[in-house]
Amino acid sequence: MDAVILSRIQFAANISFHIIFPTISIGLAWFLVYIRGQADQQPNGAWDAAFKFWVKVFALTFAFGVVSGVTMSFQFGTNWPGYMKTVGAVAGPLLAYEVLSAFFLEATFLGIMLFGQNKVSPAIYKLSVWLVAGGTTLSLFWILALNSWMHTPAGIEVVDGKVVANDWLAIIFNPSMPYRTVHMLLASAATAAFFVMGISAFRVLIGERGEDIQKTLRMASVVAAIVMPLQILAGDFHGLNTHEYQPAKLAAMEGLWHTETKVPLLLFAVPDEATQSNHYEIKIPQLASLVITHSLDGEIRGLDEFPNLHPPVFPVFWGFRIMVGTGIMMLVMSWVTWWFLRQSSPVPLWLLRVLVPATFIGWIPTLAGWYTTEIGRQPYLVTGILKTADALGQVSGTTIFGSLTAYLLLYAILLSVYVTTVFYMARTGAKLPGHDASQPSSHALAG
Amino acid sequence: MEFLTRDMLVLSFAALMGIAIMAYVILDGYDLGVGVLLPQAKGHDRDQMIHTIAPFWDANETWLVLGGGILLVAFPIAHGIILNATYLAVLIMLIGLILRGVSFELRVKAPAHRLELWNQMFAIGSATAGLAQGFMLGHFVVAFRDDWASLLFAALVAPCVLSAYTLMGASWLVLKTEGDLQRRAARWGRHALWLTALGIVLVSLATPIVSPRIFARWFSLDRIVIMSPIPLLVTGAVIWLSRWFYQFDADEHDHRAWIPFTLTIGLFLLSGLGLAYSTFPYVVIDQLTIWDAAASTPTLKMILLGVVIVLPPIIVYSAFSYRIFKGKSTHLSEA
Repeated sequence: MDAVILSRIQFAANISFHIIFPTISIGLAWFLVYIRGQADQQPNGAWDAAFKFWVKVFALTFAFGVVSGVTMSFQFGTNWPGYMKTVGAVAGPLLAYEVLSAFFLEATFLGIMLFGQNKVSPAIYKLSVWLVAGGTTLSLFWILALNSWMHTPAGIEVVDGKVVANDWLAIIFNPSMPYRTVHMLLASAATAAFFVMGISAFRVLIGERGEDIQKTLRMASVVAAIVMPLQILAGDFHGLNTHEYQPAKLAAMEGLWHTETKVPLLLFAVPDEATQSNHYEIKIPQLASLVITHSLDGEIRGLDEFPNLHPPVFPVFWGFRIMVGTGIMMLVMSWVTWWFLRQSSPVPLWLLRVLVPATFIGWIPTLAGWYTTEIGRQPYLVTGILKTADALGQVSGTTIFGSLTAYLLLYAILLSVYVTTVFYMARTGAKLPGHDASQPSSHALAG
Repeated sequence: MEFLTRDMLVLSFAALMGIAIMAYVILDGYDLGVGVLLPQAKGHDRDQMIHTIAPFWDANETWLVLGGGILLVAFPIAHGIILNATYLAVLIMLIGLILRGVSFELRVKAPAHRLELWNQMFAIGSATAGLAQGFMLGHFVVAFRDDWASLLFAALVAPCVLSAYTLMGASWLVLKTEGDLQRRAARWGRHALWLTALGIVLVSLATPIVSPRIFARWFSLDRIVIMSPIPLLVTGAVIWLSRWFYQFDADEHDHRAWIPFTLTIGLFLLSGLGLAYSTFPYVVIDQLTIWDAAASTPTLKMILLGVVIVLPPIIVYSAFSYRIFKGKSTHLSEA
């Protein structure tokens, strides 16, 4: 077994399983801030009911995020010791800052948010909801600073094969960091919005008539309708940044084997590494040049300029297309939903039936986008500084195969448990046994 | 921070890692212990037990991330060696922690007929994590040797550490519950105490056997006198705990229910102190010192800056959270 490939698959499996939960919970945390604000203005109304329900869904999602995140924190050292050895001067402080500034904050105030409503003043309670949301976002800020730095390193010099930090502002706000952070924040907002829309639609479909459901459906659809075009715009800017700093990745995303002007946009193609060409191309002339260089005959550098230093083309090419395609679908769905809700007419049944299977649709472009950018950075772990293969530890391929199998099995089970539990909660609403906050104690908990 | 010498920096991070690990084993120790004890109780009592740890377990587990994180970022070479040597135990620990964390939520959120399943998963996950951590401690004490005697020793330490967590959990329950459950918690604490004590004895005997350096450190003539308070205090704490649990009467002694929890914390701190005294300045016993394992000086300074700014607020709001949920947790309800 090739330990490099297995380590990469294991890392990918761990981080993929992890990221789907924060992607929901970061956006959902800010929805809760909004819902709490509305509920405080109209006590005991529909927004209170909405808060009661969604805070439980948040708790479940957050717990899955925490446990997979703890696992994540051990992956850096177990499979990639060369990473810390070479770039520890940058990665160390950034990871430490994430743990210190974000993890404790969100975990501690989550406890108050979930169990402290009757024990603290409304102001402190509201502050806790804000701090949980702030904590999740701070965590995103630090980890994306580090991840972006791995794509576009800045503010450092390499001495004796090791990175030395010179300028922390340049390290944190490295060239791709603002784009990637905005892109991921919007991804989280969109993923959470479709999640709330899907669950709310499901609750309407099974005959729940609560006003809170209508309110969250409307709230989420407005957010989705605003966020989706912004996200596509942010993605475009991010693409320009990739064009400037990571031309090999961009060439793989466009399936461009040779440097050209008037580059067509490929809607479909099967990139072939062996022949250095594409099969079955369906293309729109000059559109890629227009999108990337904002000029119809702009030049884009092809893969041939990066011999042996470009990423595998097929997954990057298709990851990108899956992301964009799903994103456009989400844009259409969000605008259609908003249009119906704006008419203050009931959302038609067929649309609700579309929204329910789209509950987790945000996971698809998020994961596809991450696969595009991370595979697109290969063969480097840190662009121009450290190759992935050079960061590998001494753990044997067989051992990694064993641990990988255990993780995959566990994650497959947990993912299906998560999805079914979310829908079970949607079905039983806030009427879960023992969850009624109006009861002084929870003797109703099933024994 | 020009005044900071490298020695001071490395020492600060060794101390910080020690503090984070102690904070973890004490804090997550009690909630892992409650998880292990869960199958001993029934129905309503189980919910009461879960309520005592509900607002805290997330933050408690964060100390593991901090401890592991400091090892990773401040002593990267040691992190590589230790996690390589304990790859399997770490994997098992992580799976245990995952099971436990999700079960905690699922037991009340999944369909009611699955409650038993998730209760069991919560207990199994807690026990698995505790055993794996115990094995890691045992393996650390024998300097990660791979011969069968060393592995057997590590396997012996595993249930002792689990038992120590159980003792922690039982003491926590005595503090946070009342009536019959509190009475039973005292009984569980009494039972867990003996394996815990055995673990302390095992580790205390093994370290000087494994390392002549450690032997000299404890058993030279002057050192015996200076260091004797540690074993004496440990012995005293064990005896006091045992008597306290034995004589406990929930109706009369509740106002002193803080005593076992405090004593158990003391026991953990003394054991940690003894182990730190034995190993210092090594991070892998007799192989790798903190001086050789530490990251570069600028890196350490940068991390320390964050620690100095952020750790005091963490301590303040953690204390705030414990104050909010102080007292018996009988009347806890989820938002």
